[in-house]
Amino acid sequence: MAAKTLTIDGKLISAEEGATVLQTATEAGIKIPTLCHLAGVYDVGACRLCIVEITGVAKLLPACTTKVAEGMEIQTNSERLRKYRRLILELLFAERNHVCAVCVSNGHCELQTLAYSQGMEHVRYDYTFPKWGVDTTHRLFGMDHNRCVLCTRCVRVCWHIEGAGTKNVAGRGGKSKIITDLNQAWGDSVSCTECGKCVMACPTGALFQKGSTVGEMEHDRDKLEFITTAREKKQWVAAD
Amino acid sequence: MLPKPSGENGKNAASGLPHSSGDKRFKILELHMKKHQFRQDALIEVLHKAQELFGYLEDDLLLFVATKLKLPPSRVYGVATFYHFFQLKPQGEHACVVCLGTACYVKGADKIIGGIQEKYKIKSGETTADNKLSLLTARCIGACGIAPAVTYDGQVAPKQTPEAALEKIKTWI
Amino acid sequence: MQLDDLIAIAEKHKGSRKKIIVRTCMSAGCMSSQADVIKKNLETEARLQGLEADVEVRRVGCMGFCGQGPLVGVDQNGEHNLWEFVKPEDAPSIISALKGGACRVQRGDPKHPFFAKQMHIVRANGGIVDPERIEDYIAIGGYLALHHALTELQPAQVVEEVTKSGLRGRGDAGFPTGLKWGTVAKSPGAKKYIVCNGDEGDPGAFMDRSVLESDPHIVLEGMAIAAYAVGADQGYLYVRAEYPLAISRLQIAIKQAKQLGLLGAGIFESPFSFNVDIRIGAGAFVCGEETALMASVEGKRGTPRPRPPFPAESGLWGCPTLINNVETFANISAIINRGGDWYAGIGTEKSKGTKVFALTGKIKNNGLIEVPMGIPLRQIVEEMGGGAPDGRSIKSVQTGGPSGGCIPANYLDTPVDYESLTKLGSIMGSGGMVVMDDSTNMVEIAKFYMEFCMEESCGKCIPCRAGTVQMFNLLEKITRRQATARDLAKLEELCDMVKNTSLCGLGQTAPNPVISTLKFFRKEYEELLQPDPFGPAAGGAPLAPERVTK
Ligand SMILES: Cc1cc2nc3c(=O)[nH]c(=O)nc-3n(C[C@H](O)[C@H](O)[C@H](O)COP(=O)(O)O)c2cc1C
Ligand code: SF4
Ligand code: SF4
Ligand code: SF4
Ligand code: FES
Ligand code: FES
Ligand code: FES
Repeated sequence: MAAKTLTIDGKLISAEEGATVLQTATEAGIKIPTLCHLAGVYDVGACRLCIVEITGVAKLLPACTTKVAEGMEIQTNSERLRKYRRLILELLFAERNHVCAVCVSNGHCELQTLAYSQGMEHVRYDYTFPKWGVDTTHRLFGMDHNRCVLCTRCVRVCWHIEGAGTKNVAGRGGKSKIITDLNQAWGDSVSCTECGKCVMACPTGALFQKGSTVGEMEHDRDKLEFITTAREKKQWVAAD
Repeated sequence: MLPKPSGENGKNAASGLPHSSGDKRFKILELHMKKHQFRQDALIEVLHKAQELFGYLEDDLLLFVATKLKLPPSRVYGVATFYHFFQLKPQGEHACVVCLGTACYVKGADKIIGGIQEKYKIKSGETTADNKLSLLTARCIGACGIAPAVTYDGQVAPKQTPEAALEKIKTWI
Repeated sequence: MQLDDLIAIAEKHKGSRKKIIVRTCMSAGCMSSQADVIKKNLETEARLQGLEADVEVRRVGCMGFCGQGPLVGVDQNGEHNLWEFVKPEDAPSIISALKGGACRVQRGDPKHPFFAKQMHIVRANGGIVDPERIEDYIAIGGYLALHHALTELQPAQVVEEVTKSGLRGRGDAGFPTGLKWGTVAKSPGAKKYIVCNGDEGDPGAFMDRSVLESDPHIVLEGMAIAAYAVGADQGYLYVRAEYPLAISRLQIAIKQAKQLGLLGAGIFESPFSFNVDIRIGAGAFVCGEETALMASVEGKRGTPRPRPPFPAESGLWGCPTLINNVETFANISAIINRGGDWYAGIGTEKSKGTKVFALTGKIKNNGLIEVPMGIPLRQIVEEMGGGAPDGRSIKSVQTGGPSGGCIPANYLDTPVDYESLTKLGSIMGSGGMVVMDDSTNMVEIAKFYMEFCMEESCGKCIPCRAGTVQMFNLLEKITRRQATARDLAKLEELCDMVKNTSLCGLGQTAPNPVISTLKFFRKEYEELLQPDPFGPAAGGAPLAPERVTK
């Protein structure tokens, strides 16, 4: 494949045609914050944390879905981008109930890590304190909607990799909610194969292994590696 | 693969399937799906038809559609709840839809809504306890030239006032 | 079907016309005041008064002056009369007036600026033809443009003609139509699609509804010409479920066009085939956004996806797809018939042709108008619209709906074209024009639009999903007189962030009504603010320590 030459944060980089800005930056050791991106499943460009500035393009574009082009000049870490990212994270913390101190994922949470790395120290917006429930009906796993950031990583692994289609998004806007089958208790689902991929994929403490106590729940992303590999080798086939 | 039966006292979620219920409407719905060759992209058309036949989209019905179109139930539920036109709960005998689009809003549609809410103690999206009246809102029904517009059981009425709306609803209750 | 057959249909239909035509508006506005009963009564009366042989009572679409409806137009001896606020019991009087004599109904003035300043291309047949009879459309030259394109022009020439016309998309952003067609035509792919965007979600706009209800064939013909130009053979017409009359008239129109071989396989005995299917929306404003609309056509949740790739390269089912607005397609047959140069002669340098607007709100003359681009806003609202009713004065004109802005009264001399409106922080949008009088509170209006965007946000991306909620809360706080200058600063900061980081146009434009009212009516916001107890230096309450902890 033809190689493309471009600069990221002033660094001259050669990338493969068809690669995304995110892949290219990661390979060059430049870290761009992400949340909805998950290696191995298709990208949706939804969290907007990976937005970058491209010279000559008026709009900010997400690195995870933007393909490289010859001569691109990309900025990943300007003052403006850092400010926007902080604001986005503030919005997330204000949207649902993220009380890290009592969360099973405390210390292993991507949202928490992002907040630290982006220097988000304050939430200046009013917390909305919504009343979202917790579903503990499943034998092995639980879901705490209060900690869900609606990244749809669980939905995508469940459909695209496991092929079960158990999880999806219902409703819309701020009332969106991750559901199981016909919005029923997870424990009642027959389509769920109990593979645990959604739990591995979840960036926060929203999906967890039952029996984990505070800070214990680690989302073993390494286990997803095998999935990614299998996917690349086309061991699974699932239509969109 | 079907989800386990849901609901109370062992009611089978799949009881809506035509072989077990004999409800002719399922047959009509299935014919409609056949007309669309059971194509998955016809899901929204099929849900429109289902709502037209049954009035609202019950779980059984959504499951029936999911099975026939070979779609995951979560997908069907996700679509049905994305679009505001689809109702997942039974509606009252009569429906009053107040347009809250811009043209109607600046001409006082909020007062019409307020009047009805006060008189019948229901909020938008709710149905009265006696199941007579459902109050709904729309975002422009394209009749802005005669704003504010209110739809009574599907019939658009022009240049409405709170008084006119209450008068009309009184004939229903 | 060949040209001769088309002409024969037109001649036969014209030959069978009666002397007097009584046109009854049977479009959404007038239908809400029993226009169907009026038509029936007029027919009965004509029979009773022995005028059956001379009088045709015709169902027509919207005549534009909807606020004065129900309307009945009369064409007699080359003269045109217009009756306003007609009631079913007025039928005898209207019919007897055909024989001379007075009519008890209010007479409309066809020379009123509301009509006189209009220029009809898109709405040329609205209020004249029967939308449920294809012969009516053929009789006034319908489908000749399609014939001309198929038999005398190469697809590339059609694209060139449209490019020459300078036509820009009427859906919102004003993207050059010829350029878009050219891109789709050049995109490689055996299968291509045409999509007509009839979602018209902008609250306070009903231009597309009126065109679809009054003259469905003009849209179908435009779509067919587009399909030929880009090499597509399948079209989808996406109409919102709130428009049942438009849907049923389109169904009739498609059926009739198929019967005559004007849609379907081998049109005009050429190798060109084109089919159109209707897709009905289900109540989601965001489905007007092109990528969301395509997801909806595919039967999915109507959530937008990042562009590129644009639909022109990868649209429906991954195939190159041309998506245009109803009004954009409605311009096409005139451009093909009369040439791109003719069209480019209308309007301003960068905004060509005419634009249909829905003039509503606090204005005397409510209705639909089609005016040449570049007309000063003042002529529209003061001369055509007659100004604000009840002795009030106009405070501002809102264009572009929830993505647009409010133009204050002292800018009324602005010409209405894409660039001028954008310069004022508003947009042309799809054509909604809502007039506000001096009793209107602009902060309430901004809040109204923000609530709309919050409810219509698809929820996919964080800035729009969570940002609209916070912006709405802040506006609510301001209108309740509980906010401080710090809250206002937070609001402005969010506006900037949401505008620049959202995934689709909904989020990217959701802050516009706030930004524009802040620009012109900032004082109204400030008057509602409270003194800040912590002083402006306090950077907000610190994050409760238990919330983010290692
Ligand atoms: C939130 C949103 C809503 C939209 N709604 C409509 C609509 O109702 N009708 C329409 O024609 N275009 C709408 N658009 C614009 C379409 O995405 C698209 O640009 C347009 O249909 C292209 O047609 P045109 O080039 O003929 O304007 C909307 C865009 C956004 C972002
Ligand atoms: S456990 Fe596996 S099958 Fe079950 S919901 Fe999660 S990803 Fe889907
Ligand atoms: S449950 Fe987890 S993976 Fe799924 S959407 Fe929520 S945060 Fe993302
Ligand atoms: S901007 Fe709003 S409507 Fe558009 S994708 Fe994001 S959440 Fe959905
Ligand atoms: S990681 Fe790119 S948008 Fe979320
Ligand atoms: S705003 Fe109410 S009908 Fe358009
Ligand atoms: S609806 Fe009758 S004139 Fe517009």
